[in-house]
Amino acid sequence: MNREVEVEVLVARAGLTDLYGKILKGERLSYEDGLRLYQTLDLTAVGALANHVRERMNGCATYYVRNLHINYTNICNKLCKFCSFYAKPGDPRGYVLTADNIIARLDEYRHQAIREIHMVAGINPKLPYEYYLDILTAVRTARPDAQIKAFTMIELAQIARVAKKPLADVLEDLKDAGLTCCPGGGAEVFSERVHEELFRAKLDNEGWFEVSREVHRAGLKSNATLLYGHIETVEEKVKHLLHIRELQDETKGFQCFVPLAFDPARTELEHIPLTTGQQNLREIAIARLLLDNFPHIKAFWIMITPQVAQLALWYGADDLDGTVNHYEITHALGTTSDHQVLNHQELLHLVNEAGRVPVERDALYNVMVAA
Amino acid sequence: MSGNGAERFKEVETKVLAGERLTTEDGLTLFEVTNLPALAFLADTVRRRKRPEREVTYVIGRIVNYTNVCWVKCSFCAFYRLPGHHEGYVLSREEIFEKIQELVDHGGTEVLFQGGLNPALKIDYYEDTFRAIKERFPVDIHGLSPAELIYLAKISNLSMRETLLRLKAAGLGSIPGGGAEILVEEVRQVISPLKDTVQEWLDCMLTAHQVGIPSSATMMFGSVETAEQRMEHFLRLRSLQDETRGFTAFVAWNFQPEGTALNGKRASAFDYLRTMAVARLMLDNFDNIQASWLTQGPKVAQIALHYGISDLGSTIFEERVVSAGGAKFMASREEIERVIRDAGYVPRVRNTRYEILG
Repeated sequence: MNREVEVEVLVARAGLTDLYGKILKGERLSYEDGLRLYQTLDLTAVGALANHVRERMNGCATYYVRNLHINYTNICNKLCKFCSFYAKPGDPRGYVLTADNIIARLDEYRHQAIREIHMVAGINPKLPYEYYLDILTAVRTARPDAQIKAFTMIELAQIARVAKKPLADVLEDLKDAGLTCCPGGGAEVFSERVHEELFRAKLDNEGWFEVSREVHRAGLKSNATLLYGHIETVEEKVKHLLHIRELQDETKGFQCFVPLAFDPARTELEHIPLTTGQQNLREIAIARLLLDNFPHIKAFWIMITPQVAQLALWYGADDLDGTVNHYEITHALGTTSDHQVLNHQELLHLVNEAGRVPVERDALYNVMVAA
Repeated sequence: MSGNGAERFKEVETKVLAGERLTTEDGLTLFEVTNLPALAFLADTVRRRKRPEREVTYVIGRIVNYTNVCWVKCSFCAFYRLPGHHEGYVLSREEIFEKIQELVDHGGTEVLFQGGLNPALKIDYYEDTFRAIKERFPVDIHGLSPAELIYLAKISNLSMRETLLRLKAAGLGSIPGGGAEILVEEVRQVISPLKDTVQEWLDCMLTAHQVGIPSSATMMFGSVETAEQRMEHFLRLRSLQDETRGFTAFVAWNFQPEGTALNGKRASAFDYLRTMAVARLMLDNFDNIQASWLTQGPKVAQIALHYGISDLGSTIFEERVVSAGGAKFMASREEIERVIRDAGYVPRVRNTRYEILG
């Protein structure tokens, strides 16, 4: 097999031969390398490097999960400028799903196979500790066959606050109530400047790290994210990725990294143009190259469109999230359709046509064998 | 890629790098390759040979869908209304002028004049309309695809050559290569049995090029055709181009299934990029391969710039044919330029003849 000739020519043309050498030797890329990857005009060269790493780590496998999203409340006191989902406390548009509402929602899907139920929401100061335990118990009772991936680091910090006990104890309670693992949202960009500018009320960078450490210490896996396409700089993005890489060296608790494309519609930053296809692929490729200790990189099709997510399978991504029923926080943009469901057959078609092998997983990346 | 496939790919790669012409088998080998970076590499190598400057062109133009009345009943079309249908229309001259004025006000130069096969419109209508447009506006008229021309010649009792000469004298500058679909008879029998045959389409283009009217060439893929038939399509275009050099660009779009009589899945972005890369490699005598912003959207059209594409077509003010089938992407000048720059290229405005303006 000597098909990497193309990669050699591509990287030489783009001036990245030394990086290819490092990658072939399994050496870690540096901060400066990260900056160069962002500055390289030739996306194909960056993509080919990422694809090399993707195939070395995951072969042709493309993971997906049959999942369902539940956004249990949109009431939030963090007022992040990049968010169009939240309603301030007192806003008539605000809602809270009770345990019974959630059971009713799940009942609509009773005939569908669901492996993962993904629950995230706003920071609603009115919700008592018991609420979180109740909704976990409700989901576990209604769908004992599914795993629950719930609560970002931001929500966990809030839950510990209302619980008035140490986070480590809270995590034990949540696990007992049915929590399987945690999602990666709320990381945004680890930069004092961006934090101050866009999400100052929210848990700061160090806080996010601290909660993640606790989560991993409790034996729970989680994901990590980067919200890009707003006011962040290239330097801030590379630092963000390297921070996460360091934390992963320390805890080994992250399963997957998800670059999240900012959706300006209906936010305070509506003047910022939508991310381009090239940006979407580049973020995935660079994450794959810098995060050498992350087993998986996800192309979240809801944010970058199913079309670009399919192409991303050749630019470093090995996970397509899932069939995602009922996602409410942001909308697919630039697609010809605004529906929020990719049915199982459509998803398999996208993966197969791209020459990749679809692998159904559960929330912990255990491979599901066809029944 | 493994075993034989990988070896065959190497052979084709060697030919591409040496600048040799590819065969149908070579095209099929490339088509079966699922390795996107490798395809991007080869297609971009040829693109750099054809267009060494890091530039992407586009034209400021607008479509004037002058009539939706059409009797051909193509199964993939959601735009047409049969003669006599209450939703049928023909734009008045004032409506046409208004649209063109708006284009000129935006610095535009290209009027894409395209509609249905309307039995009420004979050659005088087109001659008068084109003359009236040219008298009033400094624009290029890019209009009338072969299906419209063949029909127009027939109902006006003229030869194709006469028809084209008269239209040229009235101001027709170039012809969009629409309606080529797939230039394979078996495919046309399924998707557009009443439309022009392969030979009629090619003859029309040949005559146009001979009388000095250049045209683009198109392909609609992803309906019922096989990979072999896509290659056959490329070869037919390539051999006509060898003869006339009259094609300015090649553009392809995927079949839009919504609202049409054909069922089926929409070809994916992967298929689009693969098809464009193979087109760039097979159509070695075409200077430009153009993306279809309207059907692919800005994200995929931008990514296609790495797969052999060197032109983003026209700005879009309004288009009714493809949008009736479910595609709805608008392309403003600002957005086209942003996307080109973001991909690492310099945007350049061109006219219909692919001359750089300004």
